[in-house]
Amino acid sequence: MSTQSCRLRNGGLIDRSRELSFSFNGRRLRGYAGDSLASALLANNVHLVGRSFKYHRPRGIVGSGAEEPNAVVQLEHGALTQPNLRATQIPLYDGLSASSQNCWPSVSFDIGAANNLVSRILPAGFYYKTFMWPPSKWMSYERLIRKAAGMGKAPVEPDPDHYAHHYAHCDVLIAGGGPTGLAAALAAGRAGARVIIADENWEFGGSLLVDRANIDDASALEWVTQTMAALADMPEVALLPRSTVFGYFDHNFLTIAEHVADANDSRRVRQRIWKVRAKQVVLATGAIERPLVFADNDRPGVMLASAARSYVNRFAVKPGNRAVIFTNNDSAYATAFDLACAGVDVAAVVDARTATTTTITKQLRAAGIQHLPGHAVVRARGGRHVSGVSIAPLTAFGLAGKPDKTIDCDLLCMSGGFSPAVHLFSQSKGRLRYDAELAAFIPDVSVQAERSAGAARGTMTLAGCLAEGARAGADAAYAAGFGDGTACSPLAVAEENQTPLQPLWMVHSTIRRHRKLFVDFQNDVTAADVALAAREGYFAVEHLKRYTTLGMGTDQGKLSNINGLAILSEIVSAQIPAVGTTTFRPPYTAITLGALAGTEVGAHFAPVRRTPLHARHEQAGARFINAGLWRRPQFYPHPNESDIDAVNREALAVRAGVGVVDVSTLGRIDIKGRDAAEFLERVYINSWKNLTIGKARYGLMLREDGMVFDDGTTARLGTHHFLMTTTTANATKVMVHLEYLLQVVWPELEVHLTSVTEQWAAVALAGPSSRKVLSCLADCDVGNAALPHMGYIEAQVAGIPARIFRISFSGELAYEINVASDHGPTLWQALLDAGKPYRIVPYGTEAMAVLRIEKGHVAGMELDGRTTPEDLGLGKMLNTAKDCIGKRSLTRPLLAAAGRKQLVGLLAADDAPLIPRGAQLVENAGHHSRNPILGHVTSTCYSPHLKRPIALALLAAGRSRIGETLSAVSPLSNVTLRVKITHHVFIDPDAARMRN
Amino acid sequence: MMLIECPFCGPRNYTEFTYGGDAGITRPREPDAVTDAEWTDYVYVRNNPRGMHDELWYHSAGCRRWITVHRDTLTHDVAGTEAVSQASTQLP
Repeated sequence: MSTQSCRLRNGGLIDRSRELSFSFNGRRLRGYAGDSLASALLANNVHLVGRSFKYHRPRGIVGSGAEEPNAVVQLEHGALTQPNLRATQIPLYDGLSASSQNCWPSVSFDIGAANNLVSRILPAGFYYKTFMWPPSKWMSYERLIRKAAGMGKAPVEPDPDHYAHHYAHCDVLIAGGGPTGLAAALAAGRAGARVIIADENWEFGGSLLVDRANIDDASALEWVTQTMAALADMPEVALLPRSTVFGYFDHNFLTIAEHVADANDSRRVRQRIWKVRAKQVVLATGAIERPLVFADNDRPGVMLASAARSYVNRFAVKPGNRAVIFTNNDSAYATAFDLACAGVDVAAVVDARTATTTTITKQLRAAGIQHLPGHAVVRARGGRHVSGVSIAPLTAFGLAGKPDKTIDCDLLCMSGGFSPAVHLFSQSKGRLRYDAELAAFIPDVSVQAERSAGAARGTMTLAGCLAEGARAGADAAYAAGFGDGTACSPLAVAEENQTPLQPLWMVHSTIRRHRKLFVDFQNDVTAADVALAAREGYFAVEHLKRYTTLGMGTDQGKLSNINGLAILSEIVSAQIPAVGTTTFRPPYTAITLGALAGTEVGAHFAPVRRTPLHARHEQAGARFINAGLWRRPQFYPHPNESDIDAVNREALAVRAGVGVVDVSTLGRIDIKGRDAAEFLERVYINSWKNLTIGKARYGLMLREDGMVFDDGTTARLGTHHFLMTTTTANATKVMVHLEYLLQVVWPELEVHLTSVTEQWAAVALAGPSSRKVLSCLADCDVGNAALPHMGYIEAQVAGIPARIFRISFSGELAYEINVASDHGPTLWQALLDAGKPYRIVPYGTEAMAVLRIEKGHVAGMELDGRTTPEDLGLGKMLNTAKDCIGKRSLTRPLLAAAGRKQLVGLLAADDAPLIPRGAQLVENAGHHSRNPILGHVTSTCYSPHLKRPIALALLAAGRSRIGETLSAVSPLSNVTLRVKITHHVFIDPDAARMRN
Repeated sequence: MMLIECPFCGPRNYTEFTYGGDAGITRPREPDAVTDAEWTDYVYVRNNPRGMHDELWYHSAGCRRWITVHRDTLTHDVAGTEAVSQASTQLP
């Protein structure tokens, strides 16, 4: 067990009374409550945390927040593991276990580091250039490259964690809980607005957790505590810590990822996605410090000045013993003084600028820190850790002379200025403007109801942030209808004048060429790669990104984007605003997929629809199948019966005796109104006005392009009352289509539609004995005269009010009986009981399919959106004396042309295997050339009635080919069969059975 | 996530709606009287404007009404919505 050798004795926002144990790469270490994983590692003097993506160079912690490119770890093991998490954003918890992810076999000995030695042959675009040929091999190359690039590992086991989604509305959403955000929340909350304020850190305060400034005579931390207490007292203010606003979408819809509980926490929900519709938004997302680009700037021990300050002040950790500061602006001086205060030997402040304020000069002298204005660090020395720096005077900006001194150090703090975090602003479609003084892009023109404030819009002083935050909060509340828009009086903060920043995008020097100047740490993109890309023509910033991978990866270029495009603009001699930025897209930081899925996983992925008879089917041992959202009985196997035997038994029982099948899933639409019959005339191709009350008719509806859309029977229940049935699959689509026609196309028609699918349990009773069974239960005559084929009556069946339709899908004498849903199980049981003497069987969708294929009825496989009524042999149904949807299209030349695919039947030899669905029909399977595809198999089954495999197919000019023999070829199942073309109705072509 | 003001239900997320295409298309009153070219125009040919567009949307997860939405295809601004026809909003 290691001691926390780099922990300062005093200070910091850590709880020294709560020591926590954790492991990193198998090493047991200790930290304190309040630590991040990164600060706890540094407290234990662990700097080497990973290997770089391409060259496998040793890498250390660079930042202290979302910007961290290197300290990206795999957290926990097994099913709980999460890849690609930033150690800087993981709060330490007891028992935490993490490991480096981009190294093999270990972080200190990494075989891939050989890439660094041969890096001259691994330039930008190397993989594209090298692994192009042969194209078929790219997939296998890619697997090896990805392994070598070693991103984190996704868990293999199902995720045991729970995630939630939460919808919320608020008046003012504030992204960021630093000084600006807190001041905004206070102002908006006081005005009475409903406020949500979210911060990605587990503690609110942002830079105030690090800053040593005073606000109104209190310390910054005291101000945070007071403000948090005031906000907690406001019932309409929701405070969301560890919550990242990661997306800004249309119409002020924002998404927040809230980390609720860590792996050691027993709470059920691990993460929660908030979907917030905000009236007004305040973006107080702060700014991200930029690294400086010089040779070997990626050595462990080189970190952002703001991060070093955060480790010293917030976490009481000494990130090094002897430090050099390299900066082009004033902010890094605070780091120098705070490090010195904590006992770090600050060897020098190297400032690219020549001038500083006298206050700073005095302070440096008092602290005994060497000041090197007009100088630059040209190279970080050392291998697995920085051991010193080479320093040279700057002759002109960015152009260094010969290195004239080296300073030993184990910590190099760099600051290249700050870039406002404009990600959310840009996602909101707001336009950016380049601010030359800040050398950064800042928000310019807003598009949505939002306002940026504080560092997020380039205000870099604490007093300015507090004032702007309060202003933005009051404005946002006022715009949402709260308060009078006045902000409270500004807070007193002592601040010094500043010397302006001087842009320093890259330190050009005489250093040997093979030294690397990293622009993007995470993707190993160097300044030379940017130059190469520009030379090869990729000088558009979006091309540069794709070619070099600059700004890709899990950090999405939070540190590298501005430096990269500035270096590009130097190379192509353009102004930075002319080069522009790449597009900012959500998410701001990576979101785990489980959180996005929320509760919609496994059985909860989609709703399940069960018919009113579901429990009966379960009792009968049915095997179920998904049909859309429905669960339908596929067949009812007897003990020791094979699946196909069960299907054949059920189908034969219907042909020979009687069977019952649950058809409750068919869509049912109740159609009422004075123009109901006229409406049906217009949506179906056949006639409806002449349908008498108490009769049903088979109808076919087209799309406007002439293709068959859906079919089903519709019965006339009254003069102005019809009941339409649709296929199970199209029930919703037909309803939408009919509503469209009524509301948009023919609003003058007086027709009202009601979906009544769920109100009825529907059972088809089919087979030669079906009338006998029904006679036992019906309270009226159901003979051929009283209830002929396509007839409809209302009666009591087993004492239940029922609608009886004499319609047939199987081709047998059959009845469809509808009763109110709740009576369904009673009816089902009554039918089974009454049918016992006739050996009634329940049958499922498989037998139903066999029966309809034998009968040549079309279904979804034939109604594929490419078939006309004529193609399906239903052309005679068309009533030419009237118009209907799609009719005009049928006269278009190609739809009326000869040679179209037509519905036919296929017969295979009685000992042949099943004709594969999707098989292609050709003249001669042996010929590979000049052997055109003539058609394809749509529906297929074994016919227990004909005792051979049969199929339906769509075949070019098929009806003229009846009697021919063709080959059905299925390369997918490696089956080739000779099949005989027949009429598509295999049994009872005269329909005598169902009319009896 | 666009917010669409349903004239019957109020402001709702666009995920409650189904897009129904150009609201300016009129079905020929007498389909047999138009030429093949005119019919093809009606069935297949649509404008794809950059900017304001009158569109049909169906409130599939709400009131089942077709509505007209005046929407900017570039910015997703919704300038207004209305019922497609008043006649059809009343029960017969």
